[in-house]
Amino acid sequence: MVDELLFFMEVLVGGLLAGTMYSLVALGFVLIFKASATFNFSQGAMVFFSVLAFCGFMQDFNIPFVLAFIMAALLMVVVGLCTERFVLRPLMNASEDTVLMATIGLGYVLEGLAQAAWGVEVRRLDLGIGDFPVPWIADNLKLFISALDITAGLVAAIMIIGLFLLFKYTKIGLGLRAVADDAGAASSIGIPLKHIMLLVWSAAGVVALVAGCMWGARAGVQFALVDLALKALPVLIIGGFSSIPGAIIGGLIIGAVEKVLEVYIGPFFGGAIEGWAPYVLAIFFLLYRPEGLFGEKIIRRV
Amino acid sequence: MMKPVFMTYTKKDLINLAVCMVLSVLVIPSFITTEYWYTSILIPWLCLALATIGQQIVMGYTGQLALGAAGFMAAGAFAMFNLILRVPDLGFVGSLVVSGLIAAAFGILFGLPSLKVRGIYLMVATLASQFFIIWMIDKFGWFKNYDSSGIITAQDIVILGKPFTTPLAMYFVCLAVTTVLTLLAMNMARGSTGRNWMAVRDMDIAAESMGVSLLRTKVQAFAISAFYCGVAGALFAFCYLKSLEPVAFDIKLSFKILFMCILGGLGTINGAFIGAAFILLFPVLLNAIGNNVFHGAIDATIISSIEQVIFGGLMIIFMIYEPLGMAKLWENIKQKWKTKFPTMNIKNLTSSIGKKS
Repeated sequence: MVDELLFFMEVLVGGLLAGTMYSLVALGFVLIFKASATFNFSQGAMVFFSVLAFCGFMQDFNIPFVLAFIMAALLMVVVGLCTERFVLRPLMNASEDTVLMATIGLGYVLEGLAQAAWGVEVRRLDLGIGDFPVPWIADNLKLFISALDITAGLVAAIMIIGLFLLFKYTKIGLGLRAVADDAGAASSIGIPLKHIMLLVWSAAGVVALVAGCMWGARAGVQFALVDLALKALPVLIIGGFSSIPGAIIGGLIIGAVEKVLEVYIGPFFGGAIEGWAPYVLAIFFLLYRPEGLFGEKIIRRV
Repeated sequence: MMKPVFMTYTKKDLINLAVCMVLSVLVIPSFITTEYWYTSILIPWLCLALATIGQQIVMGYTGQLALGAAGFMAAGAFAMFNLILRVPDLGFVGSLVVSGLIAAAFGILFGLPSLKVRGIYLMVATLASQFFIIWMIDKFGWFKNYDSSGIITAQDIVILGKPFTTPLAMYFVCLAVTTVLTLLAMNMARGSTGRNWMAVRDMDIAAESMGVSLLRTKVQAFAISAFYCGVAGALFAFCYLKSLEPVAFDIKLSFKILFMCILGGLGTINGAFIGAAFILLFPVLLNAIGNNVFHGAIDATIISSIEQVIFGGLMIIFMIYEPLGMAKLWENIKQKWKTKFPTMNIKNLTSSIGKKS
């Protein structure tokens, strides 16, 4: 009995920590949505693009770790700059769906560019953190939890707290929230829309880079990252598109539910149900609570 | 607006149909003799155009952002395989219709969330259908007739006792099915069904207050869309791939169809054909340039990456400058031509003479 409980705990904690990885991808999504009410479908491509560039800098040019990270982050700022100038500004007054489709196109561009520049083979990314159980926890609590998962959890926590403080207590954060609420009104009282957009897309780019590092260290830097990042969408639906804590809780729920279902119910169906379980869970949320757990209620004016 | 001659088709439509039929039935088979054109371009073009019409119905006409066309195609393809295997009496055409109906049932099931949500929320719900259908086919051996190799060979097409196995014969099968379904789609889009779809697309609340049932219209659109995708998927598997494997219908194909739909022109039937032709032919062209101009100096993976960049870039450019896609561009060219040479159009000529006198 104790063993079973321990096993369940292990599955649960493993799932929760894996969920923080989804949260990291979802976070970039929320940042952009909060500040511009734009669904950025290319967030997954940004994850892939940024971490592949990071690997490319490190492995092809032998640039040291920290410098390569900074360069990749700067590259994401450039991507943000170009996106603002060439995609978002011309589509300023377009409908939500049009912008969404344009970001699907943007995702394609980023994926293509990344592969053209750095090749298509799977790259290994070594962060110096092993993907194996931490001995101390294994000895004392009898739980086998990967060090990488714990790091991802910590990184996510730090980023959440940082972003939360930024949104809540700084002038920039206030500006961001104002733009999200009503871009026209915000610009009429002198909030520089262009700068806000640039800032937010760059921030989302850096978040994507961090998420990409975590995913890359686990599964290798490869194209499949884009599909994994799609799972951030159900996370967002559960947590709510406009809520940073929602992204985290949503990620935790998805991570835990898919692992527990996979381990306890999966064997009856031949396994691999984690491929669709998050989406079906998202459908149930859509039917009963479309705004998600923490999202603002969706109000459509006629 | 011209008066319809038969159902909702005008004289112009009938002339267009006649021209298309002459081109596709007489001209193409007599001029194109290489198998490559049939097996690698014309057949997939017709199949994917049909699937794109399905995507058009739900996205272009009804305005519901769906991203699961390949899932419904897989449902149609595997339904076809099982129907021919287990209910041989049904015949090819019967199986095709029934597999379309089975796909439509999935369409209704996964279209239900559209009653509550829209935009990206709906997109996520339709992604569920994509992943779920592929998983279901993959994991339950019954659908694949307990074949362990993963790839099943599709049965030969037999219609009324005659085998249709040469590329040309298969091309005619695809052509016949596509023509019939395209004409039907045009008729639906122009009739009350299509007007309801477009009313829901343009403003669902206004449509509802005018007595258009949202439930009926949306579910109908999803069902018909999935029917088209299902039939297209069955043709795609039986005439083009000649094999069945769930991997062939992955999310990438869904995105491809989405691109065909958007670049071709949302809310147009001919846009589906233009978009499908573009997405299929452009890589061929790019490869040809790579081979002939650069003599293979550019790696094939780089070419496919460039292709992706161009597709994505075009998507952005079209969204900014012409959200209605290539069909609208074509329309604009025709319009310009007409204003430049008004004498070309006999009707304009007579009316302008009438005004002068």
